[in-house]
Parts: sequence; structure tokens; C-alpha cells
Amino acid sequence: MTTRRPEFTPEQLAEVRRWQGLYPDKRAALLPALHLAQDMFGYISEETEEYVAGLFELAPAHVHEVVTFYTMYFRKPKGRHVVSVCHNLSCHLAGAPDVLGHLRQRLGIEPGETTEDGRITLLAVECLCACEMAPMLQVDDRYEGHLTPERVDRLLAELR
Amino acid sequence: MSAPAAAAEPILTRNFGRADSHTLEAYRETGGYAAWAKAREMEPAAITDAVKRSNLRGLGGAGFPTGTKWSFIPKGHAGPVYLVINADEGEPGTFKDRYLLERDPHALIEGMLIAARAIGSRLAFVYVRGEYVVPGRRFSAAVRDAYDAGYLGRGLDIVVHRGAGAYICGEETGLISSLEGKKGWPKLKPPFPAIKGAFGAPTIVNNVETICQVPHIINRGPEWFAALGTKTQGGTRLYSMSGRVRRPGVYEASVRVPLRQLVEHYAGGVTGNGRLKAVVPGGASAAILRADEVDVTMDVDGLKNAGTMAGSAGVIVMDETVSIPEALMVVARFYAHESCGQCTPCREATGWIYKMTERIVEGRGHKEDLDTILDVARRGAGTTICAFYDGAVGPYISYIEKFRPEFEALIPHG
Repeated sequence: MTTRRPEFTPEQLAEVRRWQGLYPDKRAALLPALHLAQDMFGYISEETEEYVAGLFELAPAHVHEVVTFYTMYFRKPKGRHVVSVCHNLSCHLAGAPDVLGHLRQRLGIEPGETTEDGRITLLAVECLCACEMAPMLQVDDRYEGHLTPERVDRLLAELR
Repeated sequence: MSAPAAAAEPILTRNFGRADSHTLEAYRETGGYAAWAKAREMEPAAITDAVKRSNLRGLGGAGFPTGTKWSFIPKGHAGPVYLVINADEGEPGTFKDRYLLERDPHALIEGMLIAARAIGSRLAFVYVRGEYVVPGRRFSAAVRDAYDAGYLGRGLDIVVHRGAGAYICGEETGLISSLEGKKGWPKLKPPFPAIKGAFGAPTIVNNVETICQVPHIINRGPEWFAALGTKTQGGTRLYSMSGRVRRPGVYEASVRVPLRQLVEHYAGGVTGNGRLKAVVPGGASAAILRADEVDVTMDVDGLKNAGTMAGSAGVIVMDETVSIPEALMVVARFYAHESCGQCTPCREATGWIYKMTERIVEGRGHKEDLDTILDVARRGAGTTICAFYDGAVGPYISYIEKFRPEFEALIPHG
């Protein structure tokens, strides 16, 4: 969690400027810039929205409507790891409710919440398009499938 | 994977068995970039003509003839033209584009080179769904290698663009809005993207798998490709098999493979109690088929005639132990979550129908609920800017109409 004013490093700023140059309209680099901002600052605060808006010469409201539209931008601090359990049809048929139930019980939180120690944010999400390994989840960047309670426990043990 | 006797020769999947299939070296060894060498000597119109004659149809969902789409770019257009690849795979039950991005990224790049020449594009974008971090990295690495090898940067540049989580961005005009740095709201058509698309310029949006087919059409000829399919759709395609089957996975077969063969042979048969109850043949938005309806071929027209759609060819199998009302609740939850909120009928009905299905599944339904859901679903159909809501109506209506007694059994009487 950070309270200081969000600001990219000079190198990151140069990278954002380069991205803006890749498109016919620099606004197109907004989603990538917001991904970078979230990686840097942990989540997208209103201050971050204002800062990014300045880099794109947009009104903060335009950035706000983008941030709130997409599921991958967090508007409040998230855990050090994000565990997203797919609960769409193929995973449901393969036991996703049990996977989610096991995680809720082990972590003591509901989907959308973060453990008190700030370690894990748990989400229930729509199809991640890996139905061949159902039931599956995404932990940070990677997909993990063929889940069983034991396998979920092993995954949790790896997350610090 | 044990394939049946009538299995098609692997085309899209021919390199999937190699551990290094994603590398430029492996791709070249197996004849990669030969089609580009051939296509760069062809007139752009001849490329489009070959794709037209191949009967290639879009493999992302809508099934529109690809060559015809390309021909909509205004002739002699002076300004920029963009090629946009839809790698925003999101249709529930579909995962084949992930395989292509990870296992054969150069096939996509080569197809893009050829397509860009055909439509006169010098700048192309590949919109990869935000959650596909690993496939996105794999594809970006291939793009860098293609630059180093001189395939890219000499007439075509490719920008890999990462989405941020929203199913609606898989709809081509929603994807364009998102690419432009906005929320992914679909746009009213006309104007169609080929006339006024990304950044206001003529734009062709094609699915990953569709473009991966193009090098093969150039290499082996449109007649060969067309002969693999039906009179109105050529080639093979990738079927994503999931749900209650023994061997879920990606399988390549002719576009006219029988659905029953996919379930029983390719995917190894039904699990659960072993008896088939229903199949969703083309991703969640396709109408459901009962077990007695699966003797159909998977081509666009075959499934259309069966009252459903080929869509993205994501096949979800259910055995007799699966609760159809519960399955509809899960699907309805998805549409309620993913409605972009732009059009009133979709925004209101998807949320409301989810609540109604949940109430029925939890045993709190009223006897008029089913007819009310059907009525609401039908009234909204065809009234919205994009196809999302019509995609939701297919399951709402078909699940209830085909399995009505199962829903009624959950509704308390008296």
C-alpha cells in the first residue's frame, strides 16, 4: 500500500511515451499504461487516475470510466497474490464450486476479499479459456488446472 | 490423442507435438514463411481471390466469409488501413487460440503478413486478452524474432496489445473501442469496420485461427482447402472439447466433422454416468442440443440448420447427471457479469434473468417464471447494438424449451 503521490520513473515514463508513439492516436496506449501503473503502485487509486490522465491529456473521468470497465484493474489495494477461480460452465461441471469452497474455507475470505495479512486476494471469474484443464484457476500470471483440494493446498503453500 | 479413421491430416496442429514448435527455427524447418515468399509475388487482389475461393470462414464466432470481408476495404483508399487480430479469446468453452499463440505463433505472423498485403495494411495490431500473460509473452517473443529475421519492419509492423478483462472486447467493434483506449463498448454498424474501423480508418478484424489458415491456402491452393469442407465452408478447424468427456482438449478435424464423432471418438466419450444428456456445440452462446440432436455436422450451415451455431467451436458436453437449470444459472451469471451496459434490453434482462434462474435453482421459483423468462428473452432479441444479447438469448430459450420438465420440477407447486 502506498500513500505517496504515484509517479513513473523516468525510464517507465519513456516507455509509456514509446507506447503512445506506436499507435495512430496516443490514447490507445492507455490500457498498457494502466497495467504498468498497477504493477508499480499496487492498484489504481484516484490519484493514479489523475496522474495517468495527465500523461494522456485526458480528463480524469475518461481514465476512470476505463479503469472501472475492465475486471483486471483494482481500485483498492489487492493482495500480494491474486487467485482467480474460474466458475464458468466447463469448470463448474468439473467441480469449481468445490474448489472455491475449499479456498474460502482455507483463506477465511469470500471472493472479492483479501486475507488480513495482505497475502492473497480471492476472486471468482468468468471463463479463462483453459477448459481442458478444468477446474482451473489463475494465480498471478499463470494458469493452474486439474485442481484437487490437495493441489490447491500445495499452490497456497507456495504463495508468500 | 487417438484419432478415428476419418481424421483429417493435421494442418493447424501439425507442429503441436514439437516442444520447440513456437521457435522460428522449427517453423522454418517445417516450411514456414514459404507461403509469404509466394504471396509477396502475388497481386493483393489475387490473394483475396484465393481466400475467397478457399471458402475460409471466420473461426472466431460469426463465420463470415474471410475473403469477402477483405474485399470490403474501399478500393484505392489513400490513407492507412489496419489489420487487427482478435486474440481476445473469451467465449466460454473455447481455448484453441491460446494453443495457437503458444505453440505456433509464427503461423499467425505469416498469415498476418499475407493478409496485410491483401488489404493494403502496413500496421497491424494483435489484441490479446489481458489474462493471457504467458501466451502473450510467447507471441511477443515470436514477433521480436520475426523483426530480427527481417519478416517484419519492412512493410508491416505488428503491435501486440494487451486487454484488461472484458468479454465484450471479443466483439469486433468493442475490440476496436478497447484498442483505441476506451471502455469496450461496441459500435453501431454501419459503418462497418472495413469502411470506418480502428482510429477511423478502414480496418479488418480477424480471429487468430482464421489467419493461421491463410498460409496453408496460399501454399496448397484454395481448391485443396475448399475440398476439406463443405460447399460453403472450407478447411479444418480446431475444436475445443470440454465438460464431461474423457479426454478434454483441442482437436483438429474437418469443418464438417459429425458432432457425435467429436464427442465419442476425439474426446474419448462421455464421463459422469457415461450417458450423454446435452451438448453446447459452439461456445456458451450457442443453443444447446439434446442427446438426440447430436447427429449433425459441425460446419456453419449444418449447425445453423440445426437451430444452433458453430460459433467458436467450443464443445461443452454434459452427461445425464448434470442439472440443466444449474447449467443455465451459471451461463446466465456469465451474461449478467459481462453485459457492457450500453443497451437497456441487454443490461436489464441479463441481470434479471440471472436472478430468476438462481431463484428457480434454489427452489424459490414461481410457476409463471419460465414463461416470463422466455417472454423477456424474446422481446430483447435483435434490439441491441451488438450480438452479445442475442448470444445470451440462445441459451436462455433453448435450455428452458428443451429441458422444461427439469425446470418445472424445481418449482414448488401450490
